[in-house]
Amino acid sequence: MDDSTPAMTPDATRDADRTTREPVVVVDHVNKHFGDLHVLKDINLTVGKGDVVVVLGPSGSGKSTLCRTINRLETFESGQILIDGQPLPEEGKALAQLRADVGMVFQSFNLFAHKTILQNVTLGPIKARGQNKAAAEKRALELLERVGVAQQKDKYPAQLSGGQQQRVAIARSLAMDPKVMLFDEPTSALDPEMINEVLDVMTSLAKSGMTMIVVTHEMGFARRAADRVVFMADGEIVEQNTPEEFFTNAQSSRAKDFLSKILTH
Amino acid sequence: MGELFAQYNIFAAFGMTILLTVFAAIGSLVIGTVVAIMRVSPVGVFQRAGAFYVNTFRNTPLTLLIIAANIVMIVNLGFSFSEDIARDNIIWAIIALSVYHAAFVCEALRSGVNTVPVGQAEAARSIGLTFGQSLREVLLPQAFRGAITPLGNTLIALTKNTTVATAIGVAEISGLMKQMIEFRSDLLLPIFLIVAIGFVILTLPVGILTTYLSNRLAVKR
Repeated sequence: MDDSTPAMTPDATRDADRTTREPVVVVDHVNKHFGDLHVLKDINLTVGKGDVVVVLGPSGSGKSTLCRTINRLETFESGQILIDGQPLPEEGKALAQLRADVGMVFQSFNLFAHKTILQNVTLGPIKARGQNKAAAEKRALELLERVGVAQQKDKYPAQLSGGQQQRVAIARSLAMDPKVMLFDEPTSALDPEMINEVLDVMTSLAKSGMTMIVVTHEMGFARRAADRVVFMADGEIVEQNTPEEFFTNAQSSRAKDFLSKILTH
Repeated sequence: MGELFAQYNIFAAFGMTILLTVFAAIGSLVIGTVVAIMRVSPVGVFQRAGAFYVNTFRNTPLTLLIIAANIVMIVNLGFSFSEDIARDNIIWAIIALSVYHAAFVCEALRSGVNTVPVGQAEAARSIGLTFGQSLREVLLPQAFRGAITPLGNTLIALTKNTTVATAIGVAEISGLMKQMIEFRSDLLLPIFLIVAIGFVILTLPVGILTTYLSNRLAVKR
């Protein structure tokens, strides 16, 4: 893979009419297999600073895998991924450092079960960034305040509702001051009445200029907060467009089919 | 019964049993943790070396290990820690007990690791912790809690297995029991009772403590 600068790749130029912002995440011809299954087929995606990209698609389309690959929780076979111009390292300390810059919010929250809410948020800043405890706690409390769970700071994750846990997970990622945040179906494990409290936090994050890649089934959020919708099917990016264009005027038959299934129920 | 206590230093013999137990518990916990980390590490060579350790020592009779420690290490190879033979035997008994029980500690810890959901490790990595930090801060603290009950079982087994050290002449309680049986066969029942009750006193609190701890420290999910 020659290292032509991301801006020179054909896909980046194609994206350039959508975003003239400096690219934070560049996914460049990435391929991945699970055994015989080709889960990511030559994926190209450029996400600029402050962009909010929502990835939609039927289940099994590879959108979660793409999200996890950007953080290298999944390996890939060919192509490259650049975060802020740096290629993802293979393993070790360099990868850990790069991951510190990429926030990740999981479907199943994954708060550290043996640590309090406050400790969950301060662990990364103290251990991975070497901040002192007092500063980390001060910042953590601000973030917990921002996501509305500051009163719960001394409780353990299991004592919180799903919606509260997910908001803590967002605060935990924010505490690392990430360059980009990945959301892997953040509301799929939540009871319906708790979905909005999480989406509200995400919407305000999007408004504040955070660069976000969101895998979700929440069409309302996509319309409201996304700069761009990326539609995936069978491991490929089938089309990408602004939310209005995508929802009202999808080009591909697979996207039309997908939309007809989810918008009519 | 009083006669026995007057004639033999039963407390000293139990003292030796406790000494063997405490040091072998510490040794096996340290070695077992290292081997367990090898077995759960992402490096193939370490995994295989860890599995080899467990399979070798878990499947070797303890008596054989202790006698081998005495004969091979001290007599044949001359690895001696002390001029005092009795002291040397105690040290080698502790080493053999540690090495043997480390295999069980490793498996107890590994079962504890398996109680920790994959997502915990992924979350730890995603906030930028290194492999070592993820282990120390997230995985092992939860794994230890999940492993308390099997670790307690191993500790109880270890306490009773210290009796094997008598095979190389360590003056712990089962050695003394043999002496008492030989010279005071008129008091057989009291002799057995004293030793049996002594072990119950040593091991029962371990069981109660680990049950208490595993309830108290259980990771709520």
